Amino acid sequence: MATVTSSTLSPSASRARIRARKKGLRKLPAYIMLTLLAILFAIPFIWLLSTSLKSPRQIFVFPPQWIPNPFVWENYPRSTTFIPFWRYMGNTLYVTLFNVIASVAVCSFVAYGFARIKWPGRNIVFLVLISTLMIPYPVTLIPTFLIFRDLGLVNTLNALTVPALFGSAFYIFLLRQFYMTIPMELSQAAKIDGASEFQIYWRIILPLAKPALAVVALFAFIANWNDFLGPLIFLNDKNNYTLAIGLYGFFGRSRTEWGLLMAAATLMIAPIILLFFLTQRTFIEGITLTGLKG
Amino acid sequence: MAAISATGPRPRRWRMSRSDRHNLILGLLFISPWLIGFLILTLYPIAASAYYSLTRYDVISSPEFVGLGNYVDLFTKNPLFWQAVGNTLYYAVIAIPLNICIAIGVALLLNLEVRGRSVYRTVFFLPSIVPDIAAAMLWAWILNPQFGLANAMLKALGLPTIGWLTDPNWSKPSLILINAWAFGGSVVIFLAALQDIPRQLYEAADLDGANAWVRTRYITLPMLTPVIFFNLINGIIGAFQYFTNAYVITGGSGGPAGSTTFYSLLLYRNAFSYFKMGYASAMAWILFAAVFVMTLLLFKSSGRWVYYEGGDNN
Repeated sequence: MATVTSSTLSPSASRARIRARKKGLRKLPAYIMLTLLAILFAIPFIWLLSTSLKSPRQIFVFPPQWIPNPFVWENYPRSTTFIPFWRYMGNTLYVTLFNVIASVAVCSFVAYGFARIKWPGRNIVFLVLISTLMIPYPVTLIPTFLIFRDLGLVNTLNALTVPALFGSAFYIFLLRQFYMTIPMELSQAAKIDGASEFQIYWRIILPLAKPALAVVALFAFIANWNDFLGPLIFLNDKNNYTLAIGLYGFFGRSRTEWGLLMAAATLMIAPIILLFFLTQRTFIEGITLTGLKG
Repeated sequence: MAAISATGPRPRRWRMSRSDRHNLILGLLFISPWLIGFLILTLYPIAASAYYSLTRYDVISSPEFVGLGNYVDLFTKNPLFWQAVGNTLYYAVIAIPLNICIAIGVALLLNLEVRGRSVYRTVFFLPSIVPDIAAAMLWAWILNPQFGLANAMLKALGLPTIGWLTDPNWSKPSLILINAWAFGGSVVIFLAALQDIPRQLYEAADLDGANAWVRTRYITLPMLTPVIFFNLINGIIGAFQYFTNAYVITGGSGGPAGSTTFYSLLLYRNAFSYFKMGYASAMAWILFAAVFVMTLLLFKSSGRWVYYEGGDNN
């Protein structure tokens, strides 16, 4: 009680409270705008789910129904048999996991050579690596396609996995930046103890770089799960299709089966969204890292 | 020992100390996977594509040298090329600033220490990780002229409906809208940049009686310029390679009336539908040159408007 009365009496405290309330009120427009924007951004997701649970009759009614009545769950099993969905999913998973593992293994190794060993010409070669990030893909696409054709990689999933064995400039760059922040003294101490560079890489740098490796794994997962252009160019045989290109074929053939299409799209998006919620912090940190330190 | 040899008179040219040579071999060993890939999958393709661009090449017979013929043809005889350039510039000029402005706006709002910030951030971020193919299908449905949600809402408000993807005047704005939905990655970056701005700057400005507008204009925006710069560069490179959404939504046709035939789409069509590999390579090199010049200009101009903490232009 005493504190309450004293606070109401104290002029500075009450002024602070008024200011706080004013501040809260001043934020009201911000809340309104954010909420409106958030609704706008969420509507496509809601519409995706809603359509995926409707029969054709429900889909084409006006005014549109937000909540399907009744829920048509059949769209999901039907969309997975309408196209060889699980085969596409298997191909996609194979390509994606291969790329994730190869990217983490190769890029973490290459980045070590750029960050932890001082060799003559290193900075120039690193500059070359960075400048390859600026090359638009159409420049290298056609000769790459021809090389892959000559090597018999076209129309096999290898066309989408083999490149990962050579690392990716962007991930190497990210990891190199992270390695640079690890004190050199750690390496020197290990060297005095007789460790080789490979042992230092394996026993000291890799364990310390886990957060950055997680970011690379995450980015590689998303990039390959979502990749459309690669499969479009390299795969012709339906048995090899990934989800992206398989869904495109489905979309091309049956443009009016919206319920099935949206169910299939939902099934393709779901793993990505799930991954996001499981790894939210790594995600946000990774995005921030690329944008601010880049 | 190493220190002595480093400060002593350096042997000129290619003489290296033993430790230097040792490190060189080790360094090259570590980067060798990338180096091999760079030679086979970047350097050789660049050279090959430069050569192909000077040839007529249909993949079946060997390339036939035509000099600058492809370039001359593109610039003087191919109206579709100029339409694709126009479409791409239209897209770039509107989409890039629009996305940056929305991202800054949303980030500024989120930075007001609103409650539930991470929830809002998630909502804005999620669309950016949705696969392009899924997003394109979803939006093709939402913007469907007869049964789509967008026109249904317009009808409900008593407004005339729009041929979002069927009217040549609306097709590009529609694609820009779809793209704006997926700008969430930038919001996260801008928000992080905003939180990095030292509080003392605002406190000092407060003491000087600066209002919210002055603080935003003279503290916040200048501190954000490096991120704006990063987004501009990425945006330009991305806009010239813009492909998937337009391709999926139009079934590869680039319609209606060529209004969504973007540069990369036309290039893809020449290469993989018509198998005019030489012609498409010439397009790729024009694209490369354009992106290069624009990036260079941006870098040149950056000294004048990009603020780098703790130093001069760098």
